[in-house]
Amino acid sequence: MPEKKSHIKANDVTMAYGDFVVMRDLTFTVHRGDVFVIMGGSGCGKSTLLRIMIGLKSPARGCIFYEDTNFWEVDPDEQDRIKRNFGVLYQSGALWSSMTLAENIALPLGQYTDLGPNNINEIVSLKLDLVGLAGFEAFYPSEISGGMRKRAGLARAMALDPEVLFFDEPSAGLDPVSARHLDDLILELRESLGSTIVVVTHELPSIFAIGTNSVFLDPETRTMIAEGDPKKLLADSTDPRVRRFLTRGEEGMGEK
Amino acid sequence: MKVTKAKIEAKVKDETTGPGLNFEISKDRLLVVRCIGAWRIDQPWPSAKAVLRQLDSKNGIQAVAFDTKGLTEWDSSLLTVLLKCIQRSEEKRIRVDLDTLPEGIRRLLKLATSVPEKKDTGRGSKHKTLFVTIGQSTLEFFRSGKEILAFIGEAFLSFTRMFTGRARFRASDFKQIIQECGVQALPIVSLISLLVGLILAFVGAVQLMMFGAQIFVANLVGIAMVRVMGAVMTGIIMAGRTGAAFAAQLGTMQVNEELDAFTTLGISPMDFLVLPRMLALTLMMPLLCIYADLMGVLGGLIVGVGMLDMNFMEYYNQTKGAIRFNDLFIGLFHSVVFGVLVSLASCLRGIQCGRSATAVGQATTSAVVTSIVCIIVATAIITIVCNVLGI
Repeated sequence: MPEKKSHIKANDVTMAYGDFVVMRDLTFTVHRGDVFVIMGGSGCGKSTLLRIMIGLKSPARGCIFYEDTNFWEVDPDEQDRIKRNFGVLYQSGALWSSMTLAENIALPLGQYTDLGPNNINEIVSLKLDLVGLAGFEAFYPSEISGGMRKRAGLARAMALDPEVLFFDEPSAGLDPVSARHLDDLILELRESLGSTIVVVTHELPSIFAIGTNSVFLDPETRTMIAEGDPKKLLADSTDPRVRRFLTRGEEGMGEK
Repeated sequence: MKVTKAKIEAKVKDETTGPGLNFEISKDRLLVVRCIGAWRIDQPWPSAKAVLRQLDSKNGIQAVAFDTKGLTEWDSSLLTVLLKCIQRSEEKRIRVDLDTLPEGIRRLLKLATSVPEKKDTGRGSKHKTLFVTIGQSTLEFFRSGKEILAFIGEAFLSFTRMFTGRARFRASDFKQIIQECGVQALPIVSLISLLVGLILAFVGAVQLMMFGAQIFVANLVGIAMVRVMGAVMTGIIMAGRTGAAFAAQLGTMQVNEELDAFTTLGISPMDFLVLPRMLALTLMMPLLCIYADLMGVLGGLIVGVGMLDMNFMEYYNQTKGAIRFNDLFIGLFHSVVFGVLVSLASCLRGIQCGRSATAVGQATTSAVVTSIVCIIVATAIITIVCNVLGI
């Protein structure tokens, strides 16, 4: 089996808010085509790590490499160029509330391509079709449900067919069936577009359904304590903290 | 068990129905805490202070036990008292016997003590010394000053990027903002400016009539409105109306992660959101100012014609003769400066907004206060400079 190519690499990353260190010494590699899950209990710093990876917050120490480029050391123009390969689905969807769904998806297309209005409209319709929101082009985010907002956010995230898709708690606030649909959609995107996918979540069904690689952040020691395929971690890990998390507390309770 | 010491009542409200707490110390140094009556969360319950004092005292208590025979009803109120006693006993390394407590209380106490208190979650001491407060305020002042300068610098760069075609925003957004801070502001600008003109004329008329110089009411109202009052009143209205709206819009976008969504797409919120707002307000302010000037003069005219027996042409000619081009220019200059200041202050506060509903409220209030302070300070500076230059 050929060795997978590294796409994103975190090297000795320490994250902090002022003097308060959230996580330290995070080193892991996301390979091209991976569905990489950042997991851990609530408040352990998963979303902060995601913010560092997508360029919204600088690490206190360490670096993030996109292929061979050290993201936090290049100039802002180069950072913007790298960011154009990202698609991000935020926890709340983060759709621009003053724009219709079509305008939300069309904005990145208008900014970064030379496409005419007709082509842009065709792509907008396609993206909305892909997430099951055909016909909702003229709706404003406030006029649709939370689950639909999330799907529309996904349509916007993949507007430019990005190389990397980041998901911040994609299943949060969704019913189990919608969450399952979103998981299927993520897998479909990975298969069809070949995107690398980074997901922040603590939803076990999602972790096992979609994750091919993962990192486990432990709030007590404030560092990563496990790395690898979540299913293998469940089968092989002997660390009680990892077992406790992956078995929903059924195993590893009472152990340190 | 032989009781050697007098029973000390901690607090017993009503022996039969109300909650009560007392204790006794046996010969073998066992502290028995007796809970009696009905403990309900909707009525005051006895304090654990007397029991805690016994635990703190150096009278060699070996163990703590509880007697709940007289307990008729209990809820969380009793748990808070028991928890305090247990925690203090553990601190003092005194053995606690929970076996006599009802099963439900024991289970809840176990739940409450199962996870140790997290030690690093404290916000630090609330009581800061004067030096710490001064030091922190000074650091905060410099940090805030640095942020403001950085924002002004970014706004300037964004402005220059617009001329090189690198800063892009949607024309439809720009038109919408123009409409919001232009046409839609006309009713309130009309009302306030007309009333300011009326007030100035009234106040002036009373004084000038004493000298028979009521004709100069036209000069007073005309010069005051055109030179400064029209611009200042428009600035204050726009700070309260449009500035607050800008801060609330951007603040809400911050809460909903919409600003993050722009940043991760490589679209600068400065170019896309702040620049059109700055341009729109800076372009609309002089137009609104001219309109406010006219409305103010109209207010003066109403008083002049209605109260001072002047005719329309007389008032018009007097006003026309009084206002110089310089006055008009200074008024317009004021309004442009206010447009820049109000839009900068409001957008700054909106972008700096935290990620909660309260933060949006604070950002809005702060935007209005900052804008008004900036307007007044700028007016003072411009007035002094004009005075020095003799214009």
